[in-house]
Amino acid sequence: MNRWTIPVLFVVALAALAVAPFVGMEPIPLQSLWSRSGDGWSFDILWQLRIPRVVAAFLAGAALSTSGMAFQAMFRNPLATPFTLGVSSGASLGAAVCIQQQWIFLFWGVPSVTLAAFLGAVASIVVVYALTAGSRRGSSTATMLLAGVAVSFFFSSLILFLQYISDFTRSFRMLRWVMGGLEGVVTFGDVLTLTPFVVSGSLIVWYLTHELNLLCTGEEFAHSRGVDVRRTKLALFFAVSLMIGAVVSVCGPIGFVGLVAPHICRLLVGPDHRRLLSASWLFGGTMLVVCDTAARTVMAPTELPAGILTALLGGPFFLWLLLRRRDELGDL
Amino acid sequence: MTRPSDGRIVIEARRLGCTIGRKPILRDVSFQVRQGEYVSIVGPNGAGKTTLLKCLDRIVVGQISGELDIEGRSWRGWRQSDLAKLAALVPQADSRAMPFSVEQFLLMSRYPHLSPFATVRASDHQAVREAMAATDALEFAGRRMDTLSSGERQRISIAAALAQGATVWLLDEPTTFLDYRHQDEILALVASANRRLGVTVVAVTHDLNHAVLESDRILALCDGSLVFEGRPADVMEPGVLRRIYGAAPLLVAHPETGMPMIVPRGGVLKTSEEPPR
Repeated sequence: MNRWTIPVLFVVALAALAVAPFVGMEPIPLQSLWSRSGDGWSFDILWQLRIPRVVAAFLAGAALSTSGMAFQAMFRNPLATPFTLGVSSGASLGAAVCIQQQWIFLFWGVPSVTLAAFLGAVASIVVVYALTAGSRRGSSTATMLLAGVAVSFFFSSLILFLQYISDFTRSFRMLRWVMGGLEGVVTFGDVLTLTPFVVSGSLIVWYLTHELNLLCTGEEFAHSRGVDVRRTKLALFFAVSLMIGAVVSVCGPIGFVGLVAPHICRLLVGPDHRRLLSASWLFGGTMLVVCDTAARTVMAPTELPAGILTALLGGPFFLWLLLRRRDELGDL
Repeated sequence: MTRPSDGRIVIEARRLGCTIGRKPILRDVSFQVRQGEYVSIVGPNGAGKTTLLKCLDRIVVGQISGELDIEGRSWRGWRQSDLAKLAALVPQADSRAMPFSVEQFLLMSRYPHLSPFATVRASDHQAVREAMAATDALEFAGRRMDTLSSGERQRISIAAALAQGATVWLLDEPTTFLDYRHQDEILALVASANRRLGVTVVAVTHDLNHAVLESDRILALCDGSLVFEGRPADVMEPGVLRRIYGAAPLLVAHPETGMPMIVPRGGVLKTSEEPPR
């Protein structure tokens, strides 16, 4: 089974990418892909709404899953997620401030909320880095984790404060933003925003797969095998955090993909990060495409936030897999 | 049995010190290790043995003072990936093994020989096979690390040092958690690497009996200072041992080599004090 898992995941991902744009409230005929014949609406819906959104969902899911995998290995903690170090709280705070102040404009085609969220994410990265770099023991994993969690809680409290002092409409918009979802993705602008971050972040993680294998076995072990542990961890921290900052700025903090997709892939292909990375990338992308497609169809014309569906659909699947194959999971 | 005691100096520490927080862990430790030597570092719990071993592998745990030269070059000037071709730390048996297969695990130790972006090459697989063959581990090549017993895992740790191609092995309590048969097996592997391949061994251990039988030289740490350095036979003196450990043990001569061995006194509770309730 092992040898075929990644090719199968690849085919499934392609199938999801091919089918998802045609699924939705408005049925889209296949020829809308290339011609405006008929009402002409279908062509626009497909190219301006559905395809960008499906592509963005795939990129976001792949990034979340890859980041979760990297953090789980780096912190040797199966509960680590891409949001563990507070990037999502920083982004949410940025978005909340922007909504509260009603700064609504476009900057080079990027919506102000997205921009504010990204600035918030960068702020959280800088704060967590400053806290760990200043500590006596360098960027020790425990310091980094605790700093991230503390920053996360601090920012979350500020968001609650902002919600409390805002009026009902703004407070609801903040709450809705924090649920996460891809309904904000229209046209290829957001896809273009996401792509460089996701590609560069994934490439850096890909470059460090040997190091991830060694790190999840033990930091001193990795060090003794020649890994520059400090630099590797910093590279992972910045690559993953920037990638996640961009994803969260566009899609909000979509949870659960980053926690569970890497574990599902460990059950499928084993712990070796050289294979796990491809599997996580493909599976995470597919998972979010499926969840997002479900989110915009199950209650149409109402859209559900995709962040709700990831856990609703992914949770039972993960439990089913876990019960069948828990012996193979080991500690991580 | 020839022991190269005049080999070139591989490790030289001059007034090496290490402070963690405000607590000095090592103080003015000076010693040399020569190519092909088997040196054991002994001492009571908390004496700084493991810290010293980590310093030798550039695992910085605190503020380092003094000089430490590895192959004549200051430890600060080494790149870790270059050092890894020379020295391998064999850590204490880790209870948290990952579900890697033995072969995957051993391939990780080829890390210093990989070029960036390079995939694992045939020569790496070859090195891993040879390491497994040398440690009689071929039979569990396909097994998962977290299903191995402590003895098997320690065997794989030795195989990993071999696969890494390191000529200096830094062993951290290699026989702890093992029964006497597995202790002997592991130490036999180390001894054969030392004698046949000329691997330099620096081993931290609490097992004085094995240390004096296997080593060329003993270093003893107490409270972070080097309190004894010399031949194995010389450490097995009640006075010396009292200086190191604070208590003199019962010594008897080894029936085959005559080397003094520590034996438990036994019955301490029965004669000297009430048993704890």
